[in-house]
Amino acid sequence: MHAFANPARFLRLARWLMPLLLVSGLVLSMGALLYGLLVVPPDRLMGETVRILFIHVPSAWLGMAGWSTIAIASLVELVWRHPLAAIAARAAAVPGAAFTAICLATGSIWARPTWGTWWVWDGRLTSFLILLFLYFGYIALSGAAQRDMASGGGGNRITAIFGLVGAINIPIINRSVVWWNSLHQPPSITAGKSAIDGTFLWPLLIAAVGFSLIFGGVVLARMRTLLAEIQTEARLRRKALG
Amino acid sequence: MSETKTGGIKPKHQRLVLLVIALVALIGAGLLAAYALSNQASYFYVPADLVKDPPEQGRAIRLGGMVEKGSLKTRTDGVTIDFVVGDGMSKVPVRFTGITPDLFVEGSGVVAEGRMEGQTFVADNLLAKHDENYVPRQMGDMTQAQAKAVVAETK
Repeated sequence: MHAFANPARFLRLARWLMPLLLVSGLVLSMGALLYGLLVVPPDRLMGETVRILFIHVPSAWLGMAGWSTIAIASLVELVWRHPLAAIAARAAAVPGAAFTAICLATGSIWARPTWGTWWVWDGRLTSFLILLFLYFGYIALSGAAQRDMASGGGGNRITAIFGLVGAINIPIINRSVVWWNSLHQPPSITAGKSAIDGTFLWPLLIAAVGFSLIFGGVVLARMRTLLAEIQTEARLRRKALG
Repeated sequence: MSETKTGGIKPKHQRLVLLVIALVALIGAGLLAAYALSNQASYFYVPADLVKDPPEQGRAIRLGGMVEKGSLKTRTDGVTIDFVVGDGMSKVPVRFTGITPDLFVEGSGVVAEGRMEGQTFVADNLLAKHDENYVPRQMGDMTQAQAKAVVAETK
Protein backbone atom coordinates (compact mmCIF):
# COMPACT_ATOMS: atom_id res chain seq x y z
CA MET A 1 0.00 0.00 0.00
CA HIS A 2 2.86 2.37 0.78
CA ALA A 3 4.09 2.00 -2.78
CA PHE A 4 1.65 4.82 -3.57
CA ALA A 5 2.49 6.92 -0.52
CA ASN A 6 4.70 8.94 -2.83
CA PRO A 7 2.38 11.42 -4.59
CA ALA A 8 4.74 11.65 -7.57
CA ARG A 9 4.35 7.94 -8.31
CA PHE A 10 0.58 8.21 -7.84
CA LEU A 11 0.41 11.18 -10.18
CA ARG A 12 2.33 9.32 -12.89
CA LEU A 13 -0.21 6.47 -12.64
CA ALA A 14 -3.22 8.78 -12.48
CA ARG A 15 -2.13 10.72 -15.55
CA TRP A 16 -2.88 7.85 -17.96
CA LEU A 17 -5.39 5.92 -15.84
CA MET A 18 -7.80 8.85 -15.46
CA PRO A 19 -8.56 9.46 -19.18
CA LEU A 20 -8.69 5.70 -19.73
CA LEU A 21 -11.36 5.28 -17.03
CA LEU A 22 -13.35 8.31 -18.18
CA VAL A 23 -13.41 7.37 -21.87
CA SER A 24 -14.20 3.67 -21.36
CA GLY A 25 -16.81 4.58 -18.74
CA LEU A 26 -18.50 7.09 -21.05
CA VAL A 27 -18.54 4.62 -23.97
CA LEU A 28 -19.98 1.79 -21.85
CA SER A 29 -22.63 3.88 -20.11
CA MET A 30 -23.72 5.73 -23.25
CA GLY A 31 -24.05 2.39 -25.06
CA ALA A 32 -26.01 0.81 -22.23
CA LEU A 33 -28.26 3.86 -21.77
CA LEU A 34 -29.01 4.17 -25.50
CA TYR A 35 -29.76 0.45 -25.67
CA GLY A 36 -31.98 0.78 -22.61
CA LEU A 37 -33.76 3.79 -24.08
CA LEU A 38 -34.31 2.51 -27.63
CA VAL A 39 -34.07 -1.28 -27.81
CA VAL A 40 -35.29 -2.76 -24.53
CA PRO A 41 -39.00 -3.70 -24.58
CA PRO A 42 -41.42 -1.98 -22.16
CA ASP A 43 -42.14 -3.68 -18.84
CA ARG A 44 -45.29 -5.75 -18.34
CA LEU A 45 -46.76 -3.36 -15.73
CA MET A 46 -44.59 -0.25 -15.67
CA GLY A 47 -44.43 0.17 -19.45
CA GLU A 48 -41.89 2.69 -20.72
CA THR A 49 -40.96 4.04 -17.29
CA VAL A 50 -38.90 0.89 -16.69
CA ARG A 51 -36.09 2.56 -18.72
CA ILE A 52 -35.23 4.85 -15.81
CA LEU A 53 -33.93 1.68 -14.11
CA PHE A 54 -30.69 1.94 -16.09
CA ILE A 55 -29.83 5.30 -14.49
CA HIS A 56 -31.48 4.85 -11.10
CA VAL A 57 -29.92 1.56 -10.00
CA PRO A 58 -26.28 2.26 -11.01
CA SER A 59 -26.57 5.71 -9.35
CA ALA A 60 -27.84 4.08 -6.18
CA TRP A 61 -24.95 1.62 -6.16
CA LEU A 62 -22.43 4.42 -6.67
CA GLY A 63 -24.02 6.66 -4.05
CA MET A 64 -23.38 3.85 -1.57
CA ALA A 65 -20.00 2.89 -3.07
CA GLY A 66 -18.96 6.55 -2.76
CA TRP A 67 -19.50 6.54 0.98
CA SER A 68 -17.83 3.12 1.30
CA THR A 69 -14.79 4.66 -0.43
CA ILE A 70 -14.86 7.55 2.07
CA ALA A 71 -15.11 5.11 5.00
CA ILE A 72 -12.27 2.83 3.84
CA ALA A 73 -10.01 5.77 2.98
CA SER A 74 -10.81 7.34 6.38
CA LEU A 75 -9.82 4.11 8.14
CA VAL A 76 -6.54 3.96 6.21
CA GLU A 77 -5.94 7.62 7.02
CA LEU A 78 -6.58 7.19 10.75
CA VAL A 79 -4.66 3.95 11.25
CA TRP A 80 -1.78 4.06 8.77
CA ARG A 81 -1.59 7.86 8.33
CA HIS A 82 -1.40 7.26 4.60
CA PRO A 83 -0.81 10.65 2.94
CA LEU A 84 -3.10 10.00 -0.03
CA ALA A 85 -6.01 8.53 1.95
CA ALA A 86 -7.38 11.88 3.15
CA ILE A 87 -7.24 13.17 -0.41
CA ALA A 88 -8.95 10.07 -1.81
CA ALA A 89 -11.75 10.35 0.77
CA ARG A 90 -12.30 14.01 0.01
CA ALA A 91 -12.22 13.36 -3.75
CA ALA A 92 -14.98 10.72 -3.52
CA ALA A 93 -17.42 12.99 -1.69
CA VAL A 94 -18.68 15.23 -4.51
CA PRO A 95 -19.18 12.50 -7.17
CA GLY A 96 -20.80 10.31 -4.48
CA ALA A 97 -23.19 13.11 -3.58
CA ALA A 98 -23.96 13.71 -7.26
CA PHE A 99 -24.88 10.07 -7.86
CA THR A 100 -26.98 10.04 -4.68
CA ALA A 101 -28.87 13.10 -5.91
CA ILE A 102 -29.39 11.52 -9.37
CA CYS A 103 -30.71 8.37 -7.70
CA LEU A 104 -33.20 10.33 -5.58
CA ALA A 105 -34.36 12.46 -8.52
CA THR A 106 -34.84 9.56 -10.96
CA GLY A 107 -36.53 7.48 -8.27
CA SER A 108 -38.96 10.29 -7.59
CA ILE A 109 -39.76 10.70 -11.29
CA TRP A 110 -40.35 6.95 -11.58
CA ALA A 111 -42.46 6.85 -8.42
CA ARG A 112 -45.02 9.40 -9.63
CA PRO A 113 -46.52 7.23 -12.42
CA THR A 114 -45.73 3.87 -10.78
CA TRP A 115 -46.69 4.29 -7.14
CA GLY A 116 -48.86 7.37 -7.58
CA THR A 117 -46.70 9.68 -5.45
CA TRP A 118 -43.45 11.64 -5.76
CA TRP A 119 -42.17 10.79 -2.30
CA VAL A 120 -43.03 8.69 0.73
CA TRP A 121 -41.22 8.49 4.06
CA ASP A 122 -40.51 4.78 3.97
CA GLY A 123 -37.30 3.20 5.27
CA ARG A 124 -35.40 3.02 1.99
CA LEU A 125 -36.22 6.52 0.74
CA THR A 126 -35.61 8.16 4.11
CA SER A 127 -32.26 6.43 4.71
CA PHE A 128 -31.12 7.36 1.21
CA LEU A 129 -32.08 11.01 1.76
CA ILE A 130 -30.03 10.90 4.98
CA LEU A 131 -27.09 9.65 2.88
CA LEU A 132 -27.35 12.80 0.73
CA PHE A 133 -27.35 15.00 3.85
CA LEU A 134 -24.35 13.07 5.22
CA TYR A 135 -22.51 13.86 1.97
CA PHE A 136 -23.36 17.57 2.33
CA GLY A 137 -22.09 17.53 5.92
CA TYR A 138 -18.92 15.71 4.88
CA ILE A 139 -18.21 18.14 2.02
CA ALA A 140 -18.68 21.15 4.32
CA LEU A 141 -16.54 19.58 7.06
CA SER A 142 -13.68 18.57 4.75
CA GLY A 143 -13.70 22.04 3.18
CA ALA A 144 -13.43 23.62 6.62
CA ALA A 145 -10.66 21.18 7.54
CA GLN A 146 -8.69 22.13 4.44
CA ARG A 147 -8.93 25.85 5.21
CA ASP A 148 -7.88 25.03 8.76
CA MET A 149 -4.70 23.22 7.56
CA ALA A 150 -2.61 26.41 7.63
CA SER A 151 -3.16 26.71 11.36
CA GLY A 152 -2.17 23.03 11.77
CA GLY A 153 -5.59 21.94 13.06
CA GLY A 154 -6.73 18.35 13.49
CA GLY A 155 -9.66 18.94 11.14
CA ASN A 156 -8.63 16.10 8.85
CA ARG A 157 -8.94 13.61 11.69
CA ILE A 158 -12.42 14.89 12.60
CA THR A 159 -13.45 14.58 8.96
CA ALA A 160 -12.15 11.01 8.84
CA ILE A 161 -14.05 10.08 12.01
CA PHE A 162 -17.22 11.57 10.51
CA GLY A 163 -16.61 9.47 7.36
CA LEU A 164 -16.35 6.31 9.46
CA VAL A 165 -19.36 7.05 11.67
CA GLY A 166 -21.52 7.88 8.63
CA ALA A 167 -20.79 4.42 7.20
CA ILE A 168 -23.35 2.97 9.64
CA ASN A 169 -26.02 4.26 7.25
CA ILE A 170 -24.83 2.01 4.40
CA PRO A 171 -25.97 -1.37 5.85
CA ILE A 172 -29.17 0.35 7.03
CA ILE A 173 -29.94 1.48 3.45
CA ASN A 174 -29.13 -1.98 2.17
CA ARG A 175 -31.33 -3.81 4.70
CA SER A 176 -34.11 -1.22 5.00
CA VAL A 177 -36.41 -2.97 2.53
CA VAL A 178 -35.89 -6.32 4.28
CA TRP A 179 -36.23 -5.20 7.91
CA TRP A 180 -39.22 -2.89 7.50
CA ASN A 181 -42.33 -2.94 5.35
CA SER A 182 -41.58 -0.35 2.70
CA LEU A 183 -43.16 0.94 -0.46
CA HIS A 184 -39.82 0.53 -2.23
CA GLN A 185 -39.45 -2.95 -3.72
CA PRO A 186 -37.07 -5.47 -2.10
CA PRO A 187 -33.72 -6.11 -3.84
CA SER A 188 -34.15 -7.64 -7.31
CA ILE A 189 -30.56 -8.79 -7.59
CA THR A 190 -29.25 -10.86 -4.72
CA ALA A 191 -26.23 -13.14 -4.63
CA GLY A 192 -26.61 -15.64 -7.45
CA LYS A 193 -30.13 -14.83 -8.65
CA SER A 194 -32.05 -12.04 -10.23
CA ALA A 195 -35.75 -11.22 -10.44
CA ILE A 196 -34.97 -8.95 -13.38
CA ASP A 197 -35.48 -10.51 -16.79
CA GLY A 198 -32.30 -10.95 -18.86
CA THR A 199 -33.34 -8.31 -21.42
CA PHE A 200 -33.27 -5.69 -18.64
CA LEU A 201 -30.43 -7.20 -16.62
CA TRP A 202 -27.59 -7.04 -19.14
CA PRO A 203 -27.84 -3.35 -20.06
CA LEU A 204 -28.25 -2.64 -16.33
CA LEU A 205 -25.00 -4.43 -15.43
CA ILE A 206 -23.11 -2.77 -18.29
CA ALA A 207 -24.44 0.66 -17.25
CA ALA A 208 -23.32 -0.08 -13.69
CA VAL A 209 -19.78 -0.93 -14.87
CA GLY A 210 -19.71 2.21 -17.06
CA PHE A 211 -20.94 4.48 -14.25
CA SER A 212 -18.34 2.96 -11.90
CA LEU A 213 -15.52 3.66 -14.36
CA ILE A 214 -16.70 7.28 -14.70
CA PHE A 215 -16.81 7.52 -10.90
CA GLY A 216 -13.23 6.20 -10.67
CA GLY A 217 -12.06 8.65 -13.34
CA VAL A 218 -13.69 11.61 -11.59
CA VAL A 219 -12.17 10.59 -8.23
CA LEU A 220 -8.70 10.41 -9.82
CA ALA A 221 -9.22 13.80 -11.50
CA ARG A 222 -10.28 15.37 -8.21
CA MET A 223 -7.34 13.79 -6.39
CA ARG A 224 -4.96 15.35 -8.93
CA THR A 225 -6.65 18.73 -8.46
CA LEU A 226 -6.50 18.53 -4.66
CA LEU A 227 -2.80 17.52 -4.78
CA ALA A 228 -2.04 20.43 -7.11
CA GLU A 229 -3.89 22.83 -4.78
CA ILE A 230 -1.92 21.61 -1.77
CA GLN A 231 1.32 21.95 -3.70
CA THR A 232 0.48 25.48 -4.83
CA GLU A 233 -0.41 26.54 -1.32
CA ALA A 234 2.82 25.11 0.08
CA ARG A 235 4.83 26.88 -2.61
CA LEU A 236 3.07 30.21 -1.96
CA ARG A 237 3.66 29.86 1.76
CA ARG A 238 7.37 29.16 1.21
CA LYS A 239 7.58 32.20 -1.04
CA ALA A 240 5.85 34.40 1.51
CA LEU A 241 8.21 33.23 4.23
CA GLY A 242 11.36 33.27 2.08
CA MET B 1 1.94 12.24 17.09
CA SER B 2 5.41 10.73 17.46
CA GLU B 3 5.85 7.13 16.47
CA THR B 4 7.38 6.00 19.78
CA LYS B 5 6.74 2.50 21.04
CA THR B 6 4.22 2.26 23.86
CA GLY B 7 4.46 -0.90 25.90
CA GLY B 8 5.77 -2.93 22.99
CA ILE B 9 2.76 -2.19 20.73
CA LYS B 10 3.30 -0.13 17.63
CA PRO B 11 1.14 3.03 17.68
CA LYS B 12 -0.17 1.96 14.28
CA HIS B 13 -1.57 -1.25 15.76
CA GLN B 14 -2.87 0.56 18.81
CA ARG B 15 -4.84 2.91 16.56
CA LEU B 16 -6.14 -0.02 14.53
CA VAL B 17 -7.34 -1.88 17.63
CA LEU B 18 -8.95 1.25 19.09
CA LEU B 19 -10.74 2.00 15.83
CA VAL B 20 -11.94 -1.56 15.40
CA ILE B 21 -13.35 -1.58 18.94
CA ALA B 22 -15.03 1.78 18.33
CA LEU B 23 -16.49 0.57 15.02
CA VAL B 24 -17.79 -2.68 16.51
CA ALA B 25 -19.48 -0.70 19.31
CA LEU B 26 -20.94 1.75 16.78
CA ILE B 27 -22.27 -0.95 14.45
CA GLY B 28 -23.68 -2.84 17.42
CA ALA B 29 -25.47 0.30 18.61
CA GLY B 30 -26.76 0.97 15.09
CA LEU B 31 -28.07 -2.56 14.67
CA LEU B 32 -29.75 -2.48 18.09
CA ALA B 33 -31.42 0.82 17.22
CA ALA B 34 -32.56 -0.53 13.85
CA TYR B 35 -33.89 -3.66 15.51
CA ALA B 36 -35.78 -1.63 18.13
CA LEU B 37 -37.24 0.46 15.33
CA SER B 38 -38.50 -2.61 13.51
CA ASN B 39 -42.15 -1.83 14.26
CA GLN B 40 -42.13 1.96 14.22
CA ALA B 41 -40.09 2.24 11.03
CA SER B 42 -42.42 0.10 8.97
CA TYR B 43 -44.23 2.11 6.38
CA PHE B 44 -47.47 0.15 6.63
CA TYR B 45 -49.29 -2.61 8.52
CA VAL B 46 -50.03 -5.91 6.82
CA PRO B 47 -53.51 -7.46 7.28
CA ALA B 48 -52.16 -9.97 9.82
CA ASP B 49 -51.05 -7.04 12.05
CA LEU B 50 -54.52 -5.49 11.88
CA VAL B 51 -56.25 -8.76 12.76
CA LYS B 52 -53.84 -9.66 15.56
CA ASP B 53 -53.79 -6.20 17.16
CA PRO B 54 -56.70 -4.10 15.82
CA PRO B 55 -55.94 -0.34 15.77
CA GLU B 56 -58.47 2.06 17.28
CA GLN B 57 -61.30 3.09 14.98
CA GLY B 58 -60.65 6.23 12.96
CA ARG B 59 -56.88 6.46 13.60
CA ALA B 60 -54.92 7.25 10.41
CA ILE B 61 -52.88 4.20 9.39
CA ARG B 62 -51.52 2.56 6.25
CA LEU B 63 -52.43 -0.92 5.15
CA GLY B 64 -50.28 -2.84 2.68
CA GLY B 65 -50.71 -6.19 0.96
CA MET B 66 -51.85 -7.91 -2.19
CA VAL B 67 -55.17 -7.17 -3.90
CA GLU B 68 -56.95 -10.54 -3.74
CA LYS B 69 -57.77 -12.00 -7.15
CA GLY B 70 -61.47 -11.68 -8.01
CA SER B 71 -62.25 -9.35 -5.13
CA LEU B 72 -62.24 -6.04 -7.02
CA LYS B 73 -65.75 -4.64 -7.56
CA THR B 74 -66.85 -1.22 -8.77
CA ARG B 75 -70.03 0.20 -7.22
CA THR B 76 -72.84 1.65 -9.31
CA ASP B 77 -71.58 5.23 -8.77
CA GLY B 78 -68.57 4.26 -10.92
CA VAL B 79 -65.85 5.74 -8.71
CA THR B 80 -66.13 3.74 -5.51
CA ILE B 81 -64.37 0.38 -5.47
CA ASP B 82 -64.36 -2.46 -2.98
CA PHE B 83 -61.56 -4.98 -2.80
CA VAL B 84 -59.86 -7.28 -0.33
CA VAL B 85 -56.23 -6.89 0.76
CA GLY B 86 -54.55 -10.09 1.90
CA ASP B 87 -51.09 -11.19 2.95
CA GLY B 88 -51.51 -14.94 2.72
CA MET B 89 -52.64 -15.19 6.36
CA SER B 90 -55.39 -12.63 6.90
CA LYS B 91 -57.69 -10.52 4.77
CA VAL B 92 -59.10 -7.03 5.22
CA PRO B 93 -61.91 -5.55 3.08
CA VAL B 94 -61.08 -2.08 1.71
CA ARG B 95 -63.27 0.67 0.24
CA PHE B 96 -61.86 3.51 -1.84
CA THR B 97 -63.37 6.40 -3.80
CA GLY B 98 -61.23 8.04 -6.45
CA ILE B 99 -58.78 7.40 -9.25
CA THR B 100 -56.52 4.38 -8.84
CA PRO B 101 -52.84 4.34 -9.93
CA ASP B 102 -51.97 2.60 -13.23
CA LEU B 103 -50.34 -0.35 -11.54
CA PHE B 104 -53.35 -1.05 -9.36
CA VAL B 105 -54.70 -4.42 -10.57
CA GLU B 106 -55.88 -7.61 -8.94
CA GLY B 107 -52.98 -9.70 -7.69
CA SER B 108 -50.61 -6.73 -7.36
CA GLY B 109 -49.31 -4.99 -4.27
CA VAL B 110 -51.01 -1.94 -2.82
CA VAL B 111 -50.53 0.44 0.09
CA ALA B 112 -53.73 2.14 1.23
CA GLU B 113 -53.77 5.23 3.46
CA GLY B 114 -56.91 5.55 5.57
CA ARG B 115 -58.61 4.24 8.71
CA MET B 116 -60.64 1.36 10.05
CA GLU B 117 -64.38 1.91 10.11
CA GLY B 118 -65.99 -1.14 11.62
CA GLN B 119 -64.47 -4.15 9.93
CA THR B 120 -63.75 -2.22 6.71
CA PHE B 121 -60.65 -0.21 5.92
CA VAL B 122 -61.69 3.09 4.30
CA ALA B 123 -58.87 4.43 2.11
CA ASP B 124 -58.29 8.09 1.23
CA ASN B 125 -55.38 7.33 -1.04
CA LEU B 126 -53.97 4.30 -2.85
CA LEU B 127 -50.31 3.73 -3.69
CA ALA B 128 -49.35 0.92 -6.02
CA LYS B 129 -46.48 -1.19 -4.73
CA HIS B 130 -44.20 -2.56 -7.38
CA ASP B 131 -42.52 -5.87 -6.65
CA GLU B 132 -38.94 -6.81 -7.46
CA ASN B 133 -39.85 -8.57 -10.73
CA TYR B 134 -39.11 -6.95 -14.06
CA VAL B 135 -40.68 -8.75 -17.04
CA PRO B 136 -41.02 -7.50 -20.65
CA ARG B 137 -44.55 -6.85 -21.89
CA GLN B 138 -44.77 -9.67 -24.44
CA MET B 139 -44.18 -12.11 -21.60
CA GLY B 140 -46.94 -10.59 -19.50
CA ASP B 141 -49.66 -12.61 -21.23
CA MET B 142 -48.05 -15.94 -20.41
CA THR B 143 -48.91 -17.79 -17.28
CA GLN B 144 -46.47 -17.30 -14.43
CA ALA B 145 -45.00 -20.76 -14.87
CA GLN B 146 -44.32 -20.13 -18.57
CA ALA B 147 -42.77 -16.74 -17.82
CA LYS B 148 -40.54 -18.29 -15.18
CA ALA B 149 -39.32 -20.87 -17.67
CA VAL B 150 -38.51 -18.18 -20.24
CA VAL B 151 -36.73 -16.08 -17.64
CA ALA B 152 -34.71 -19.11 -16.59
CA GLU B 153 -33.70 -19.75 -20.20
CA THR B 154 -32.58 -16.21 -20.92
CA LYS B 155 -30.64 -15.80 -17.67
